[in-house]
Amino acid sequence: MIGLQIGKTVFRAPEVEQPEAPEETILSTKKLSFWYGEKRALDGISMEIPVRQVTAIIGPSGCGKSTYLRCFNRMNELIPGSNFDGAVEYRGRDINDGRVDPVSIRRQIGMVFQKPNPFPKSIYDNIVFGAKVNGMSADMDELVETSLRKAALWDEVKNDLKQSGLALSGGQQQRLCIARALAVEPEVILMDEPCSALDPIATTRIEDLIRTLRETYTIVIVTHNMQQAARVSDKTAFFTVGESGGGELVEFDDTQRLFTTPSDPRTEAYITGRFG
Amino acid sequence: MSEMTEAPRRGGVEALGDLTSRGPARKRRAIFERAIQAVLFACAAISILTTFGIVATLLGETIQFLRQVSIVDFLTGTRWTPLFASKHFGVLPLVNGTIAVAFVAMVVALPVGILTAIFLSEYAPTRFRSVLKPILEVLAGIPTVVYGYFALLFITPILREIFPQTGIFNVASAGIVMGFMILPMMASISEDALRAVPSGLREGAYALGATKYQTVTRVVVPGALSGILAAVILSISRAIGETMIVAIAAGLQPKMGFNLLQSMETMTAYIVQVSLGDTPQDTIEFQTIFAVGTLLFLMTFVMNVVSDWLVRRFREAYE
Repeated sequence: MIGLQIGKTVFRAPEVEQPEAPEETILSTKKLSFWYGEKRALDGISMEIPVRQVTAIIGPSGCGKSTYLRCFNRMNELIPGSNFDGAVEYRGRDINDGRVDPVSIRRQIGMVFQKPNPFPKSIYDNIVFGAKVNGMSADMDELVETSLRKAALWDEVKNDLKQSGLALSGGQQQRLCIARALAVEPEVILMDEPCSALDPIATTRIEDLIRTLRETYTIVIVTHNMQQAARVSDKTAFFTVGESGGGELVEFDDTQRLFTTPSDPRTEAYITGRFG
Repeated sequence: MSEMTEAPRRGGVEALGDLTSRGPARKRRAIFERAIQAVLFACAAISILTTFGIVATLLGETIQFLRQVSIVDFLTGTRWTPLFASKHFGVLPLVNGTIAVAFVAMVVALPVGILTAIFLSEYAPTRFRSVLKPILEVLAGIPTVVYGYFALLFITPILREIFPQTGIFNVASAGIVMGFMILPMMASISEDALRAVPSGLREGAYALGATKYQTVTRVVVPGALSGILAAVILSISRAIGETMIVAIAAGLQPKMGFNLLQSMETMTAYIVQVSLGDTPQDTIEFQTIFAVGTLLFLMTFVMNVVSDWLVRRFREAYE
């Protein structure tokens, strides 16, 4: 039996290969390259992200994983001097097409950031912000409750929704940010190292939450923590810094297979801790 | 790594000997250190002592003044004629004039300053910003006497074209120009406050589908509100204390009322008038300027304290 131990998590290769069910792709990139000014950040990445699964992106620092994630909701275009080549498709539609409104893309594809960034407003106002700017006419009280429940934060804050989002602990703030993203009813949630600023207990709660959310949402999570990728994701992509200085996709596979029987020696070296 | 493990060994026993030395070199070092400390303390003490000296003088003369005029008459009287034969010591006309000019100044500086700050911080391309910022700073560097003549010789004639009843000396012209004068400060402090709003909040708003305008109006400006308020209060405080523009362009007639096209005298202009005139010292006329000065000092002091508190509260918000 082939087994691999990373930290305390032990992975075992599946005994029987399951027949591959055809997966529906929701997001994909075709030969996507990206530059910050003269500096190349991504080098020709082609990848298909399946619907209603958790896809993790791992790799060493500077391999462009966050940059890649931010291409899906066009957050990178806010950075002056950035440039890209290739295509990013959401349900088969090129999101960088001149007719596509970035605002409507971001409503479909939500994002949770590395550092919890609740607005300096009440918990209630944090949740309804997205609905208000998008002109959604929902019952706001109900929206606040359902969103907070989905993010497993309701029971902790239900008695004081008027308190500032900044008064919460780091882990609660991050769950508030997840609730805020869920409130605009997106289809995809992008998570950029959502636990890197959190303690282990708060991290566990977010990971539990990610596993619950995968029933309804497509989640793409960037993490520097391989155990986290192994714990929460269905599929894992391994990025590394290529010859050009930009991030390259080395391997993209089912999480279990990637961590047990990686096909590329660079992946094996990384997950066994020999580099990165 | 290897260097680090070697380094401490090199000193060894010798270094330990140095630790307990009581040689003359050590004594010299100690004296030098103490001397430096004393010089630095003396420099710091100068500014503190000066402040105390000024406050003591102001208060001393003010007490002399209040022995002859009741504080109630001073603070609530509406006639200010200390230099005339029939003397009245009601300071309200001067306060009225001061507030009127500051009001006009803020009507100009507040919207233009905040909108400039928003433009600089959120909209201006880096290159444009690097041109506009120095220009604003030049505006801040113009001597106030130049602003004063600009008000009297340029703005006032324009006002008199539009409103023929405008006086040669009038509140509006002085206030408008004062607004331009405090505009750079207003814009600069507000811009600092806006830029201090973490970029993560902007990204958070964009990621929820907010447009740029929504991000600015619903997240960035509210997030910077206490900093902007501090800018407003500091600007008002500056407008109240400004002397040269009002002395040149607003006139020297202590008047109550709201007619901004007429001449009014501000507290600062009155102090200039008396201190430059031939009023003998140790008279009640001369003491009035200290009483007015004390009141002015208290007004600006309170405002600076409030703005300081707001800035501190603002900083705490994101830490």
